[in-house]
Formats: sequence, structure tokens, C-alpha cells
Amino acid sequence: MFAKIHYYLKSFLFLELLKGMSVTGRYFFRKKFTVQYPEEKTPISPRFRGLHALRRYANGEERCIACKLCEAVCPALAITIESEQRADGTRRTTRYDIDLFKCIYCGFCEEACPVDSIVETNIFEYHFENRGENIMTKEKLLEIGDRYEAQLAADRSADAPYR
Amino acid sequence: MDFLVSIWEWLHEYVQYTIYSGVKALAILLPLFIVVAYYTLAERKVIGYMQIRKGPNRVGPKGLFQPFADMFKLMFKEIIIPTNSNRYLFIIAPVITFAPAMAAWAVIPFNDTLVFSNINAGLLYILAMTSVGVYGVIIAGWASNSKYALLGAMRSAAQIVAYEIAMGFALVGVLMVGGSLNLGDIVNKQAGGLEHWFFIPLLPLFFVYLISGVAETNRAPFDVAEGESEIVAGFHVEYSGMTFAVFFLAEYANMILIAMLCALLFFGGWLSPIPELVGDGTGWLFGKTAVFMLLFLWFRATFPRYRYDQIMRLGWKVLLPVTIFWLAVEGVAVYFKIGPWFD
Repeated sequence: MFAKIHYYLKSFLFLELLKGMSVTGRYFFRKKFTVQYPEEKTPISPRFRGLHALRRYANGEERCIACKLCEAVCPALAITIESEQRADGTRRTTRYDIDLFKCIYCGFCEEACPVDSIVETNIFEYHFENRGENIMTKEKLLEIGDRYEAQLAADRSADAPYR
Repeated sequence: MDFLVSIWEWLHEYVQYTIYSGVKALAILLPLFIVVAYYTLAERKVIGYMQIRKGPNRVGPKGLFQPFADMFKLMFKEIIIPTNSNRYLFIIAPVITFAPAMAAWAVIPFNDTLVFSNINAGLLYILAMTSVGVYGVIIAGWASNSKYALLGAMRSAAQIVAYEIAMGFALVGVLMVGGSLNLGDIVNKQAGGLEHWFFIPLLPLFFVYLISGVAETNRAPFDVAEGESEIVAGFHVEYSGMTFAVFFLAEYANMILIAMLCALLFFGGWLSPIPELVGDGTGWLFGKTAVFMLLFLWFRATFPRYRYDQIMRLGWKVLLPVTIFWLAVEGVAVYFKIGPWFD
């Protein structure tokens, strides 16, 4: 009996509705969380997995030794590698293609690499304008690596204690 | 100037009247369009703020030109007519929704004298006009030849029939106190300050009216006719470009109309709450309307959508009995001439 009266009072006095509206009313005046994207950016982790790059050693020698571990581990089969023996007797890649349409940015290639050659940068704002540009060739990857080497090295050293 | 005056006098009396009425109609409709445009922006802003977002702020200073950007986008979009739809009905449906939503504004008084047409059956006219709008929705759903559209139209039909009755009864309560169907007379009956306004003796009816008003305009939490997460967009899934925009315009114009009616019928329209301190004026009406318009947005930001059968239950089994009960109470009050309202 009492429960029923309580129920009717509650629903006819709009108590719960008013409670809900007071919550949204309060939130109206809260500080807004919006990040104005192109002008403001959220902080990026050193482990961020964006566009790929191939790194070099400090003496300019490319790190990749064509072990094909990345090709083997890639779950999306996005990496294609062909290798040959170079004049100095070392094994090097002649072709290192990553299809960015296939790539799922899982970062396994980076983890598999024994020489820290293939890495993922923190670049995430890029686009293609023509067909075929989705294939990252060895030249393009090396160029990205050269251009962002400072950032890449800093990210890796920041993450080094946890690896 | 003299030349224009001579042309004006040369025109036939009926032509003069037509032009004069046309200008008056434009004087109401153009500001209404602008208010509708900025109401859409206000909606996005208010809901954004209540969700701790900023809302649109890119087009123009603080996003103030956003409605125009939306408008131009919609104007330049293609109107796609589904292959197996009824072409004629498909195009005419938005117009059927839109025209009554605009026509209803003819009898809205903005102050003692400022009214487009001061007819005696004003309230009845508004009830009639707002009911015609649902035909547009039903026809749109039927003509689209789409399952979702048909479902939306059916829901909307059943819902509006249910709430129209509760709404009509709530307005009967207003008539009993006001003693007139003329909106201006109803407002003038509330003269004499806050305690004379009808929301005090008619509080339950006011809530019934507000709730059925939200349901009538298919707004959240009663927006099952659109039901975005259930039936995509309901009756207007197949509409694009300007045809869609016209539906939108009608919905928002109806919301403003309901808000203004709330202010007129229950909150003394253009009358000042404390006539001894501040004078009456159209500003009061607009201020009160703005509060109710904000309420519409607040509801949408707060309440989850009602389930369809719950809407029906609320309309038939809660709102209708409440109104009828209160009409009986009111009848007694009228008989004994209680308070400052029923004399």
C-alpha cells in the first residue's frame, strides 16, 4: 500500500525526471573536454603505431638484413621482401614493400625486427592522392626513416626501460 | 514616393488586401525561419554542452554561421526519388507537413494588437492545423515505399492520435478558465500578475500539454517515429536535400509553436509577472517562449527514448485520465468561482 503511494508520488511529481535534468543541467556548465583537433592535439605515446619507416645506423648503413621475420609475422600479409647478396657479401633487401591498405598497424613487424630496422612512427596524418601510393617502397620507407630519425631514436630510448 | 503611392491607390481593393496580407505573412515567417535556423544551432550547442562538448564552432565566429552552411548544403544536394515510390505523393508530403506548421502562426498574437488574423476560433484553428501535419508524415512514409519509412509513419500516426486527445482535453481546461477560443482573449483573461496566470489552477493540464506537445512534435523522448537507432530515420529515410530540410523546418517550427502556446495559454503570454514593476510587452512572450524552447532541448539531452508501448500507455492510461480528472475538479472550481481565476 505504502509502496504504491510512494510509486505514484514519485512518478507524478517527476522526481526522477527532475533528477536526470539536474544532472544534464549541471554538466551544461562543466568545463568542456573538446580538443580542437588541428590546432590542439592530444599527447602521443612513444609506442604510437603510425606510418612505417626503415631506419639506418649512425654510419648511414641501412639496418635491414632481409631476415624476413617481419614478413613472416605480418598477420595481414602486407609486407613483401626480396633479397640478394650485396657486393660486400652482406644480405640486403632489393625490395621492401608495405601495402598500407592491407596493414592493420599491429606493430608486430616492429616487435619481430632483431635490428630495430622496421619501425612505426607517430605520423598519423597522411593521405594518398593516386593509385599505387598506398605501396610504401624501400626508398620511401628509408626516406621517412632519415627524416624522422631524431624523433624515432627519442621514442625508442624513452620506451627502452620497458622493453 | 508619390508615384508608388499612386500605383498603390490605383490597385484594386482586393489586390491591395492580398499584397498587404502577403507582407504581413512575410513579416511573421521570415523571422520564424531565422529563429528555426538558429534553433537548430542552439540545439546542437546545448546538447553538446550538456555532453561536455563544445558543439559546432567552426563556421563563422563561434559557429554562428553553421545554420547557413547546413542550409546551403541541403539546398545543393540532390533530391533522390526512390524508383518504386509514388512520385507525386513523395514530393507533396513535405509540403503537407510544412504548410500547416506555418499556417498555424496566423492566429498567434504577439501582443494586444499585433496578430495576423484575430479570429474567434483561434485555438480550434491551431488544433486543426497541427493535426493536419501528421498527414504529411503518414503520406511520406507511405509514398517512400520503404519498410522503415512505413513503420515510422505508422508509429507516428498512432502516437499523434493518442496525444492529440490528451492535448485537446488539456486545452479544454484552458477554455473553461479563459472562456474564449480567441488566443488574445485567453491571454487578457490572465492579466493582473503572476498569480492570475493559468498555470496555477491548471498545473496538471500544463504538464500534460507540455508532454503531449513534445510527443506531437515527435521530439525526444517520444521520437519513435524517427527512432534513429531502431528504424534509421523513420518516415523520412528516403528524403534528401531540400525535401528533408522542409520536414526539418516544419518540426522545428512546430516546436516553437508549442513553446509559444505554452507561454500564451498557461504563462500569460506578453503579460508581465509583476505589472506594478515592469510593463507588459512582446519581449515577455519571446522570453517565456525561449524558456520552453530550451526545455525541448534539455529533454532531448536528458531522457532516453520511450519504448513504443510505453508511449501508448502513457498517452492513454496516464495523461488522458489525469486531464479528465482535472477537468472535473476544474468544473467544480468554476461552479464555486474559486480564486482569482474562475470569477
